[in-house]
Amino acid sequence: MTPLLAIAVPTRLVHLSPIDVVIVVFYFVLVLSIGWYLKGRANTGEDFFMAGREMTAWVAGLSFLSANLGALELMGWAGSAYQYGILATHWYWIGAIPAMLFLALVMMPFYYISKTHSVPGYLKLRFGEPSRALSAVSFAFMTVLMSGVNMFAMAKVMQIVLGWDINFSIWVSSLTVGIYVTLGGLRSAIFNEVLQFFLIWAGALLIPILGLYEAGGWTQLKVLITQRASEQYVHLWAGLGSFSNNPMGINWVGIVFGLGAIISMGYWTTDFLVVQRILAAKDIRSAEMAPIIGAGFKMFVPIIVILPGLLGLAVLPEKLVPESVATLTGGHSYNDVLPLMLARYCGPGLLGLGVTALIAGFMSGMAGNVSAFTTVWTYDIYRPLINSKGTDHHYVNMGRWTTIIGVLISVGTAYLVMQFASIMDYVQALFSFFIAPLFGTVVLGMLWKRATRSGGFWGLLCGTVSSISMWAWVKFDPAALRYVALSSHAKALAQDMFQALWSFVVCVVVTVVISLSTKPMSDAELTGLVYGLTEVPSVGDVPLYQKPLFWAGVVTVVFFILNIIFW
Amino acid sequence: MVSIWFFIGISLAVNGALILAAGIYQVVNPPENPGVVLFNLHANVWWGAILLVIGAFYCIKFAPRRQS
Repeated sequence: MTPLLAIAVPTRLVHLSPIDVVIVVFYFVLVLSIGWYLKGRANTGEDFFMAGREMTAWVAGLSFLSANLGALELMGWAGSAYQYGILATHWYWIGAIPAMLFLALVMMPFYYISKTHSVPGYLKLRFGEPSRALSAVSFAFMTVLMSGVNMFAMAKVMQIVLGWDINFSIWVSSLTVGIYVTLGGLRSAIFNEVLQFFLIWAGALLIPILGLYEAGGWTQLKVLITQRASEQYVHLWAGLGSFSNNPMGINWVGIVFGLGAIISMGYWTTDFLVVQRILAAKDIRSAEMAPIIGAGFKMFVPIIVILPGLLGLAVLPEKLVPESVATLTGGHSYNDVLPLMLARYCGPGLLGLGVTALIAGFMSGMAGNVSAFTTVWTYDIYRPLINSKGTDHHYVNMGRWTTIIGVLISVGTAYLVMQFASIMDYVQALFSFFIAPLFGTVVLGMLWKRATRSGGFWGLLCGTVSSISMWAWVKFDPAALRYVALSSHAKALAQDMFQALWSFVVCVVVTVVISLSTKPMSDAELTGLVYGLTEVPSVGDVPLYQKPLFWAGVVTVVFFILNIIFW
Repeated sequence: MVSIWFFIGISLAVNGALILAAGIYQVVNPPENPGVVLFNLHANVWWGAILLVIGAFYCIKFAPRRQS
């Protein structure tokens, strides 16, 4: 039996009542209506690709966060929480908050005042066309793969929860996203992402509320988890002294430097999927506030993602197993924990809203990928490399067609993704390939004026190649993991963290060495692109409570308090 | 242009009303086998009511006529 056929065996968890069906259908009608309503406001390139650059801080910030609340966030991390315990929270706190604040306060001014349409567009300004081409092609490749992951995850949950055919789910969701992004462009994607953000919270928040009530509160939940798993499942940092002392098989070096300093920095500051939402902000203060607002909410997303996974570990009567085992035995895998909890607590109406929340999460991630892919293809691949003399109207039409083609490629990718046993490990590997070296190149470009065009290009290329090489090395010789992750006790996620760390180091070293051996760029070429040669615009004469720096301080304090509480 | 917050209000209000209605129906006609844990808390009644109130607030505050 092929993996596809194995997955396609119907295992319906719940039956939707008529009221649930009405809620799900209403959601699809509403998102399509928003796309239809906004179609008249996507006539120019600036409108279609950048939402007119008129989003408020709240809209840009919630969209920034929602674009990341895709399939992997909802199902994957709930499953990871079941598998690894509270350690999964690191991906929401140290693996997100410092990077979001760094984006807001350090990098956003350069993105914003350069008026670039994309991250590869910034690389063009700073390092020239070859760096842009390399970054744009690798981003486009990663984006359609990510989109395929989203589609597969959504189809899988629809199959588990509702018994829907996996092919039907893929096509319904992809066509819906394709229609509303084609009609309204980025503005339509952003509007729907903000709507989806609210629906996700409305549909998912009841699970931790009722779960904690059933478990008897947080203290009793920790007791239950300790009994059913181990004490290390409820500690964030206490077990990270060594690889063998925690369920994730990683140590604090990998979490702090691999995840916190490299992977998350790379993802939140250079992945155009999320940065594009901020570039649509209406002014510099909104652009800086948006990631801070996103960070504020991000700290509390574990309530609806990690907590259900932990509750599943404590209250579900059956033991969940890895995806590969579940496929063979017909049982439920870690990734099924969220729908299982949904079915456990949610009756008519609530079930429809919960299912809608999952669909909304999947579609927001997919729309984010598709809209970012469309912009990068049109502005960073098609216009500079294929047709540089088109009119604005021509590029908008190209954007609409690319949206449709991007959706179709993603559908094809979804079927490819089914060949992989673990969704999460696969995506982490992808991040390591492209994101970590890209972060090295962009951050050096912004903060070090001596970095040259040759240095930037070769640093990016060598970093990416080194990452792929390490991945392939471990793939063909698993024993090599002890060299990449510095321990024979390291597990898959630790490999990804260290792979990212080394590829970042390779990128930085190559960039520095080549830059120092090539002719420096003139100050005139770097004005507006590099720290020290750029006058960073002020956020204006506003009260303290409206200053980005003040709110970044508040978020930082809460971040430290949370880490100490759950130490 | 109609505010995004108005669309959110519509979504929350309609979903809240539907969930509240389903919850009240189950209170009046309790099923023999509810099929969910903690059915006695009637979560769909109070959760539906909360969503309805929040949605109605957004609809009124960000109604297109008020905004223009």
